[in-house]
Amino acid sequence: MRSIRVLRWHNRNLRRRAAAVSAPVLLAAGLAACSSASAGNAVTLNYWSFPDNSGAVQQAVNECSAASGGRYTIVYNKLPTDADGQRQQLVRRLAAHDGSLDILGLDVTWEAETAQAGWILPWTGADKAAAEQDTLPTMLQTATWHGQLYAVPYNTNTQLLWYRSDLVPNPPATWDQMISDAEQLARQGKPHYIEIQGAQYEGITVWFNSLVASAGGSVLNASSTAPSLGAPGMKALQIMSTLAHSPAADPSLSVQQEDQNRLAMEGGTAAFEMNYPFVYPSMQTDNPQLFKHFKWALYPRVYPNVPSHVTIGGIDLAVSSYSAHPDLARQAILCLRDRPHQILAAVKGGLPPTLMSLYNDPSFIKAYPFAAAIKTALLSASVRPKTPYYQNVSIVISHAVSPSASINPGSTLGQITGGINNALADKGLVP
Amino acid sequence: MTTVAAPQAPAELSREERRRLSEATRAERRFGWLLCAPAVIVMAAVAFYPIVYAVYLSLQRYDLRFPQQTHFVGLSNYGVVLSSSIWWRAFAVTVIIMVVSVAIELVLGMALAMLLYYTPLWRGLVRTSILLPYGIVTVAAAYSWQFAWTPGVGYLAGLLPAGSAPLTSQWQAIGIIILAEIWKTTPFMTLLLLAGLTLVPDDLLKAAKVDGATTWQRFTQIMVPLMKPAILVALLFRMLDAFRIFDNIFILTKGNNGTGSVSILGYDNLFTALNLGIGSAISVLILIAVAIIAFIFIKGFGTAAPGTALERR
Repeated sequence: MRSIRVLRWHNRNLRRRAAAVSAPVLLAAGLAACSSASAGNAVTLNYWSFPDNSGAVQQAVNECSAASGGRYTIVYNKLPTDADGQRQQLVRRLAAHDGSLDILGLDVTWEAETAQAGWILPWTGADKAAAEQDTLPTMLQTATWHGQLYAVPYNTNTQLLWYRSDLVPNPPATWDQMISDAEQLARQGKPHYIEIQGAQYEGITVWFNSLVASAGGSVLNASSTAPSLGAPGMKALQIMSTLAHSPAADPSLSVQQEDQNRLAMEGGTAAFEMNYPFVYPSMQTDNPQLFKHFKWALYPRVYPNVPSHVTIGGIDLAVSSYSAHPDLARQAILCLRDRPHQILAAVKGGLPPTLMSLYNDPSFIKAYPFAAAIKTALLSASVRPKTPYYQNVSIVISHAVSPSASINPGSTLGQITGGINNALADKGLVP
Repeated sequence: MTTVAAPQAPAELSREERRRLSEATRAERRFGWLLCAPAVIVMAAVAFYPIVYAVYLSLQRYDLRFPQQTHFVGLSNYGVVLSSSIWWRAFAVTVIIMVVSVAIELVLGMALAMLLYYTPLWRGLVRTSILLPYGIVTVAAAYSWQFAWTPGVGYLAGLLPAGSAPLTSQWQAIGIIILAEIWKTTPFMTLLLLAGLTLVPDDLLKAAKVDGATTWQRFTQIMVPLMKPAILVALLFRMLDAFRIFDNIFILTKGNNGTGSVSILGYDNLFTALNLGIGSAISVLILIAVAIIAFIFIKGFGTAAPGTALERR
């Protein structure tokens, strides 16, 4: 997914630890192998997922293949870098009942459509229990469709509010407060921009979804059959429009994605930034001077008394319905996302883990100083609309709210509602 | 193209002789068909079958994810597309790109053809350098344009005021797409026009010169009328190509911010929305639009159909 950034954090302690933990796993899996597999030829399991250049995924694949005791060998096939390209490749293969897919790395927004289409297998019994053990409930929600678990959370991500403590000693708790802080900085002639994703793409759908959820609403109703929105939707549009017309808005708001936000903050023109944790190590290397004042807080609230619900992202692992070895694929998935391999992915690959206990692990906190804030944000995170027509719904939203300066809350809300109704009925064209 | 013309049977031949001759002709004709049969079969497999299948799909309500819900809906997909403002916006963008890029290519191509034809020095070098862009894979060229216009890394974006991201604004991005098209396909236009230029007899130009015609008069009164068939063929080819523009847009903007052509719209509906019915209807409409353009050129302007270009002059 677009919003997951691959970071490379090097922490020797953690890596050593990862190696130490994987030894007993290796042993246990080796023992299990004796009972089931017919000795000899290992089954090849094809794992299709986002391209990880850190080597963490490949290392996990090698270790899990070795740990299977000759029952299976996992082959890591890299999908394209962009989310749309990944989805297109998976969908085309699945629609053709391609048997060369076993394990799929799905973005959190694809589970509903792949499950509804019957392309991925549900998880039940002991495998399901193992998958749910210690896993973030919000991530499990993304992997659940019609009450059944269809995938297992692998990594996750979410946004925090990053701010400059030399400009604002206390982080704002709400959007109103943040905008007025920024306006005051502007009057003093200080750096004051609020950095957020405003370009016409998935990122602005995430912003809108976070605001609607934080205002106590949701984009779709509970059964995903109709748009919900209502007053919270209106409030979200008002905030977006207010920001776009205030001096706090970056002049290039309508073309900004995560990386432009990062660059603006590092360049010193901004005071606030809503972004993923990849900005932290980046600031450390790119602008050590500003890094001293680079602090984080929870995503701003919409109402002072209602906690914010920032949108969750990440990758879930699923088993293809056309896999010849679904049971082995499930075991391989449980290995690929077990504790040692999640530490490996977090430290080497830079993607936050989905096992809750890892966030209290001292060595993990050392690598992620903001681990506690991320965990709080993840526990109360919101999920993007769960529907097989998510792509269409997201396009409707991003086209309606970008550029944010042209939002007219009343009519834009009507436009989104009508567009979503069409999308859910699978009617009309996709722009 | 391969049918064998029956030789005119002279009147004084007897009936018997004529019968034998026509038998030979028939055998020859059969042989001709046999010879071109493999080509016809391949054409049917790679061209006719997909077109017929696309037309068939366009009459269905067909979502790639839910094939079991597929059913026949008649022409309603066409109704949905043609009544959608999204289609007409993409259509307008496509027509603008087609008209502007082909017009500029024609002028530039003509100038370059003249240069190639009359250049006294290093003719080979000049021809090679002009043809170079046409030899580069479009996608590779489009990527280099994309990098060039990306703020922070691109040398062209660096020339613009700070903070501008031209690929994210509709008209600037369309301008860049047109520029990339012109850069890429002007050599093709030049080649076709150069072929037409060689058809203009030198004597005629010399005679006109002797009669006192200025350079401009010789160009407009003699060259252009004589080159008309070549110009029309060049325009037809380029307009058909330009109407189906996809690769440059796909790399440069992905069709975002109102820069999508009809082909991009078809692709998005087929492969992002997975709506085979609507997507196929869009493809068929593009085919019809292309056929209309070709029809106007061939019937309206008397353009020689491809393959007969030189005979008809």
